[in-house]
Amino acid sequence: MTAVSAIDLEKSYGKVAALKGVGFDVAPGELFGIIGPDGAGKTTLFRILTTLILADKGSASVVGLDVVNDYKEIRKKVGYMPGRFSLYQDLTVEENLKFFATLFNTTIEQNYYLIKDIYVQIEPFKKRRAGALSGGMKQKLALCCALIHKPEVLFLDEPTTGVDPVSRKEFWEMLRRLKEQGIAILVSTPYMDEASLCDRIALVDDGTFLGIDTPRGIVDSYKEIIWSVKAPGMPKLLKALRTIPEVKTAFAFGDVHHVTVKSGYTMDMLKSDLGQKGFRDVEVEKITPNIEDAYMLLAGK
Amino acid sequence: MKQFFAFVQKEFYHIFRDRRTMLILLAMPVVLIILFGFAITTEVNNVRLGVYAPSQDEMTRRITERFASNRYFEIVSIVKSRDQSDEIYRNNEADLVVVFEQDFQNNLMHTGSGAVQLIVDGSEPNTASLMQNYATSVLSQFQSEMTSTLPSRTGSFTIIPQVKLLYNPQMKSSYNFVPGVMGLILILICAMMTSISIVREKERGTMEVLLVSPMRPIGIILAKVVPYFCLSIVNVITILVLAVFVLGVPMAGSIFWIMILSLVYIFVALALGITISSLVDNQVGAMLASAMGLMMPVMVLSGMIFPIENMPAILQWLSTIIPARWYITGIKKIMIEGLPLEYFAKELLILCIMGAVLITVSLKLFKNRLE
Repeated sequence: MTAVSAIDLEKSYGKVAALKGVGFDVAPGELFGIIGPDGAGKTTLFRILTTLILADKGSASVVGLDVVNDYKEIRKKVGYMPGRFSLYQDLTVEENLKFFATLFNTTIEQNYYLIKDIYVQIEPFKKRRAGALSGGMKQKLALCCALIHKPEVLFLDEPTTGVDPVSRKEFWEMLRRLKEQGIAILVSTPYMDEASLCDRIALVDDGTFLGIDTPRGIVDSYKEIIWSVKAPGMPKLLKALRTIPEVKTAFAFGDVHHVTVKSGYTMDMLKSDLGQKGFRDVEVEKITPNIEDAYMLLAGK
Repeated sequence: MKQFFAFVQKEFYHIFRDRRTMLILLAMPVVLIILFGFAITTEVNNVRLGVYAPSQDEMTRRITERFASNRYFEIVSIVKSRDQSDEIYRNNEADLVVVFEQDFQNNLMHTGSGAVQLIVDGSEPNTASLMQNYATSVLSQFQSEMTSTLPSRTGSFTIIPQVKLLYNPQMKSSYNFVPGVMGLILILICAMMTSISIVREKERGTMEVLLVSPMRPIGIILAKVVPYFCLSIVNVITILVLAVFVLGVPMAGSIFWIMILSLVYIFVALALGITISSLVDNQVGAMLASAMGLMMPVMVLSGMIFPIENMPAILQWLSTIIPARWYITGIKKIMIEGLPLEYFAKELLILCIMGAVLITVSLKLFKNRLE
């Protein structure tokens, strides 16, 4: 039995198509990432799977139950953490956790082992109102609340958005540990660097899946020649790169530009082309592509 | 069931931790009632009395002396003619004029009954009724004394006081505000506060999390409603206690039926609140819908401020769909007029039907999903 299964899901809001037919499967105990920018349709997908909205077309099931007909059963078996902080700001950390435990007919004690690693970090603040927590703490609390009933599938919609890098790292470590408990985790994120932490990922853009594979597989399927280019005057350099006919794509990527070129085009040719355009001290290096490169290629940007 | 209580507890936390909510819930009813309390004078002293006695006989003089010696009355003028009695009213020189009939003593001695007219300034209904009671009691006391001192000669005397109220002949009492305030406060607390608290969950995104839980949506709604139901009952009791002990409103009818009618009305208001919460998506919308859609009609169309009988037909017709109209009328009948069940059964029935319809509609409208 799959933890989550979706077939050709479509959903429109008026004239705006949020999902244009997506399908995928998540195995039990798998950490599945949905990677894509804001507005790609991630939240819509999560809401369909958590039975909050109905798809226009297609079907989906969670732990073998249909999201339309068996929604009541599904709601007992999944944990859901929406994108924005959705706990009670005027309740304390402890009250929030206790409320959600009771809501799911369980107690904090009963499933404490599941949240222990996370909860010990926020326990010193348990008497504090949730509204007064830092962003990272809030997300940890929200995760505790979504986990307290030992769900079979955990839906995390952009859990690390707006969270500092250290907390993000900790958060992902927690997810890896949860996976060991056999909980299937479906997580969405706009951060490409988090993709490599998933078992499998789906790259999503504009309501369609660009590819579903392991992070390794996604990168391996990348067949382009990719270089990083660096020179003084980076914004101008990017413009210049895009005017060279042999350069297929050029993107700013941190403090370098990533370019893909047509076969036969060499680094020296690039350097001389750039030299003609007035760029000195150009550094070109062959690199191994990462998820973001793959994403850019697949999205055709 | 445990879930349900945890939910209700959470709801109470929300209420008790939000000062504004607390203020509206608990302070507002008290403030409103106290305000009306100050507007109403319950003690009457130094009633300025005018006396018109055309016959100028012994009896009228003795009665006038009785008034003069009574600590509540102060005789400000002995009126010489009927016209003059109107004049002293117009000049606001007297609050009450005692008018004896022609040949008062003669009539009293020979026919055994004499008529006295009490012309009362009715602009302050509460004061007017007190003045009238005092004056009547002075007369009846005199009458009984006369009867006991002169039993053999004429059998009995009857002094018939006829009361004439000027300015406000229907005795529209300030008491009428108490049922009105109850009607207003309950709709405000139940409908506005419930709808806001439900919509707040939608707005803050917590509704998403609540929906993806084993708790049935109907349970969520009921749990949200319970605290407001409890607080409304507290409010009804507070208002009644204040009305009786601070304002001295006569509690003519049965407390039991006042509570029953109030409970039904609270139920109607809560159902309204749930309906509103299904129709709007944010707190501002809920606030506006409650204020414009409920508070204004309650104030204007329920008869709380403007008498329904004086409204144009279309507004009268419109007022029939305002639950507060029936509640206020019903409460007046029980509380002030002290009428038994058969007189307010109509109001009770209408409110029950409204409640049944509204709760059906609100549950139909409530979505199990986000859209």
